Amino acid sequence: MGPEGVGGRQLERRRALAEPVGVYRRMVEIRFVEQQIQVLYEQGHVRGSTHLCIGQEAVSVGVARAARVSDGVTCTYRGHGMALALGVSVEEVLGEVAGRTTGCAGGLGGSMHLSGEAVGLLPTFAIVGAGLPVAAGVALAAQVKGTGAAAVAVFGDGSANIGAFHETLNLAAIWKLPVVFVCENNLYGEYSRINLTTPLEDLAERAAAYRIPGTVVDGQDVDAVSSAVSAALGRARAGEGPSLLEMKTYRYSGHSRSDPATYRPAGELEQWQERDPIDLYAGQLATSGVAGRQELDVVRQEVQQAVANACELVLASPEPPVEEMFRHVLATRALVAREAR
Amino acid sequence: MPKLRMRQAVAQALEDAMAEDPSVILMGEDIAAAGGAFKATEGLLEKFGPMRVRDTPISEMGFLGAAVGAAVSGLRPVVEMMFVDFTAVALDQLVIEAAKMRYLSRGRLEVPLVLRASAGAGLGFGCQHSQMADQWFRATPGLKLAVASGPQNAYGLLRAAVRDPDPVVVLEPRALYGQRDEVETGEAGIVPLGQARRASQGEDVTLVALGQMVDVALEAVARASWSADVIDLQTLVPWDRTAVEESVRRTRRLVVVEEAPWSGGWGTEVTDHVCGALFGELLAPPVRVTTPDVPVPYSGKLEGRWLPDAGYVVQQVDELLRTGRRPQPWWTEI
Ligand SMILES: Cc1ncc(C[n+]2csc(CCOP(=O)(O)OP(=O)(O)O)c2C)c(N)n1
Ligand SMILES: [Mg+2]
Repeated sequence: MGPEGVGGRQLERRRALAEPVGVYRRMVEIRFVEQQIQVLYEQGHVRGSTHLCIGQEAVSVGVARAARVSDGVTCTYRGHGMALALGVSVEEVLGEVAGRTTGCAGGLGGSMHLSGEAVGLLPTFAIVGAGLPVAAGVALAAQVKGTGAAAVAVFGDGSANIGAFHETLNLAAIWKLPVVFVCENNLYGEYSRINLTTPLEDLAERAAAYRIPGTVVDGQDVDAVSSAVSAALGRARAGEGPSLLEMKTYRYSGHSRSDPATYRPAGELEQWQERDPIDLYAGQLATSGVAGRQELDVVRQEVQQAVANACELVLASPEPPVEEMFRHVLATRALVAREAR
Repeated sequence: MPKLRMRQAVAQALEDAMAEDPSVILMGEDIAAAGGAFKATEGLLEKFGPMRVRDTPISEMGFLGAAVGAAVSGLRPVVEMMFVDFTAVALDQLVIEAAKMRYLSRGRLEVPLVLRASAGAGLGFGCQHSQMADQWFRATPGLKLAVASGPQNAYGLLRAAVRDPDPVVVLEPRALYGQRDEVETGEAGIVPLGQARRASQGEDVTLVALGQMVDVALEAVARASWSADVIDLQTLVPWDRTAVEESVRRTRRLVVVEEAPWSGGWGTEVTDHVCGALFGELLAPPVRVTTPDVPVPYSGKLEGRWLPDAGYVVQQVDELLRTGRRPQPWWTEI
């Protein structure tokens, strides 16, 4: 498939979020893909590090539902959910994680570096905080060019302690950049609970120092996430500047593939699982009569099957050829390969 | 002698340094309660307490800068940078502040600071978490730079770095943390900065290597039909010109094995010096076996090709011995 084909499919997947069942489907897909990645890791198909977002699906899908495809998004290494939500396909995500040609970076990036330019996702950032100023820059371009587009930066609670966070909030505030800062506060930065590294629990309070709106949002409720992001994007597009949204959420797994998360207090995980974002939304769909349990069960089964099929396809696809590493370093390939002579 | 993994040798060095000198403190992300992302500081919080062993927020510029201030104020901070790549967000404090403090104070101040960091490729962490980044530090007057190649010098270089009166960066190849070997601890185990180590002795060629390339060079020698001096530089700034010159004067051939880019890698410094010092005595042009000038690819197949391996070293040296000319690097055929 050519790049148009990939982009077209991503856009189509993004449009599917217009329907509530599509939203449910995508959250379920993220959960199954993350579980599949854990299995792939255990089978030795995943190198380095991989960071799962199980438990945080509503943030990814809520952001994607609220943003336009012309809006730029920056995200972190914990980006499988965000990529899938924005429209990147299961094959592209699993392919990248497994280092295969089917991956969105052709297997050269890995789990921490997913991308989908057709749907606005810049290659995800593995350096904490790095995505914030870049999102501001995407917003700056929209402002200068008058495109009406905006940008969203998705990052963790731990990132609120790095200089880039503060510099960028200030810069975006004084220039009234159309950017929304979405902090996924899952209470932990690696193995440290937020109270050990940060003297406040509600990071949204930091917005006040930059005179921008800061809002605490229930990150487990996908509707709450998308309405908060929509409102902030509306404000941004109206020229009123940036906002900081703090999504209260939780990662069910450890920080990375090998972390058993023994530093968590007993019962904390279970408490969050009681408000599982997928179950919560299923309940809302059933109560409001949009979709019954049975219908949602079918969706689950379909998604599970689709993820399994995609995985099979990925494992049957090759690793990239060696010459791929010489492409796209600079516009001129000769500079990296041939100049050696 | 105890058998230690490299990560344990690091922890042992820190423990011994802290026991010897109460001004030594540790800072870094998840180094205290969790014992470090790579477990190189395990047990130290329990032994020395939270005043001296500190977990930090994700604020590299903040804590590296705090280490500079603490160092000019009489402490000997050892900062862990989980991946050396993250130093990028704090580089000012090292290359601009720490490196110039002695100079600007005309020697009245000193910065006995150690930055230790995991570094290098081979484990599939991708292009933002696999760099050696030695080139960021190497050409900055005012800094020293050492690179461990196994448990012994991980212990010994770190001990020397902590005692050193100047800022020292110690890179620990991440792929070697699990490597296990006998380690001489205490005074006898200390490896002076600036001193190379001959890891093997031979006739035909001098292989100069560093970090995880030392084992690659040794493996190449074990497989090859020729014999070689393998020099583990151990310290890159200042590097041991005498040891390299002495060896090359005998073998009359120099091959540098680097986990560094073809353009601007540290081996350019070595080959330049040797060309200047031993011009006319060499039987063949010096050769550098390096990585190509591209970011570290994720795919295992590609990363394995990117990083020099023993087979590649053997091929390059074979060709050098056969032709007397500098062989082309592998990627010129791509
Ligand atoms: C500048 C920098 N410092 C440290 C790291 C190592 N690191 C990776 S993720 C992480 C924790 C980040 O926590 P948070 O921002 O809360 O995001 P989460 O992982 O919870 O999604 C750390 C310290 C890094 N990648 N970049
Ligand atoms: Mg977090």
